[in-house]
Amino acid sequence: MSTTTSWKTADPVHLEVRDLHLAFGANKVLRGVDLDIPSGQSVCVIGPSGSGKSTLLRTVNRLIEPDSGEVLLDGENTLTWNPDQLRRRVGMVFQQFNLFPHKTVLQNITLALRKLKGLSADEANEVALGQLDIVGLRDKAGRRPGNLSGGQQQRVAIARALAMSPRAMLFDEVTSALDPELVKGILALLADLAAQGMTMVVVTHEMGFARRVAGKVAFMDGGVVVEAGPPEQIFDSPTSPRLQQFLSQVL
Amino acid sequence: MDTLTQIWDTFFDWPSMREALPEMLTVGLPNTLILALASAILGTLIGLLLAVAGISQTRWLRWPARVYTDVFRGLPVVVTILLIGVGLAPLALELWGTNPYPLGILALGLVAGAYIGEIFRSGIQSVDRGQLEATRALGFSYFTAMRLVVIPQGIRRVLPALVNQFIALVKDSSLVYFLGLLASQRELFRIGQDYAANTGNESALLLAGLFYLVLTVPLTHLVNFIDNRLRSGRPEAVQEADPELSEVAPR
Repeated sequence: MSTTTSWKTADPVHLEVRDLHLAFGANKVLRGVDLDIPSGQSVCVIGPSGSGKSTLLRTVNRLIEPDSGEVLLDGENTLTWNPDQLRRRVGMVFQQFNLFPHKTVLQNITLALRKLKGLSADEANEVALGQLDIVGLRDKAGRRPGNLSGGQQQRVAIARALAMSPRAMLFDEVTSALDPELVKGILALLADLAAQGMTMVVVTHEMGFARRVAGKVAFMDGGVVVEAGPPEQIFDSPTSPRLQQFLSQVL
Repeated sequence: MDTLTQIWDTFFDWPSMREALPEMLTVGLPNTLILALASAILGTLIGLLLAVAGISQTRWLRWPARVYTDVFRGLPVVVTILLIGVGLAPLALELWGTNPYPLGILALGLVAGAYIGEIFRSGIQSVDRGQLEATRALGFSYFTAMRLVVIPQGIRRVLPALVNQFIALVKDSSLVYFLGLLASQRELFRIGQDYAANTGNESALLLAGLFYLVLTVPLTHLVNFIDNRLRSGRPEAVQEADPELSEVAPR
């Protein structure tokens, strides 16, 4: 897909995860995750289901509070911040879109602009329509999410997150709930955003995308990053047996 | 044949009805409406508080809400009305005098609140968790996210059940007659009963019944209307069906 206009990425941030631990009771989901996402780079996180990928994203923006470890934004430990402040800087898009079904597409985007950023109705509409332009859905502004296809809904969700001018973005399997023919368009948007220099963490099963777009690929299994490096290295010369086995199953 | 005529006259004695009609209209109807409306408002407020407390993470909010609901849902309405209306009467006497309406409304509202609280709670809990997550991911606090996104969706879903509760209130308002009403305080049932006692036939009571039906039947149809609309979506959604819609939206 081609976009006429593109995002201006507001100065991206260096995101760093250090020794992150999280357990639900006896179930240790994260067991010391280390991940470095240099400013403006996109890192794809791959791995089998249940390896802790989605939980890692949720812990980074503290939708789940980690038990221990650090999440650093430009070197500052965010675990001491108010989580709401953190989330305004680090946007997130979900597998299930999670648009607000009782609001129009436009209202989905303007809600946070107005209530959190304090923009006037006109200002918020302008920002929102601009974002919808970029994802190619300006003409759907007055619709309700239920009237849109899954691909369109996910584009609105991306527009909603980006309207807040985040300095880093988290994408949690954003194409997994989509029909195959709709996946491409969303991935193209993500590639676009990566090319614009957004710091982003993309949890994905799309290996082709990871190879093409990621600056770095991290393989997670059993709650730790087993191996991380440039895509060529991860896909063409994996060193750990677990990654080799995983790749032999998915490629 | 005589017996049949007698029964007919017991129910359909037009002069008795005509005699009762003016007071029904000018005294009974307004009083029933006052009782039902005021207790509906009170019950809705109490219900909202109970629902929010009931889904709270804090045991000290959840637990009292549970006890409240069990008590007021478990008692016969008459018992609650008498306990509150008679039991608190000395206190009421000091505050506003002998008028039994405030305590009657309080009792009806307390009972309705227990039911409405459960209705709201089930509605709010039926909203997908992703809605709260997505709202919080934008940077909203828990309470703002609940207020702006989750609770409005939850309430929308339970509107039919809520209207059912209002119907019950219209009928239960007749029970305040247990508290003793002055002539000007009588509601539909009491006026019907008084005329029935004086004339020796039930026609006035039947007329009161007709008044209740005039109030409740439209509400019943309102329930069906809302229910249908919630099921089939807004008319707008049907007319504007999107030709590009290539998949069934998940919600």
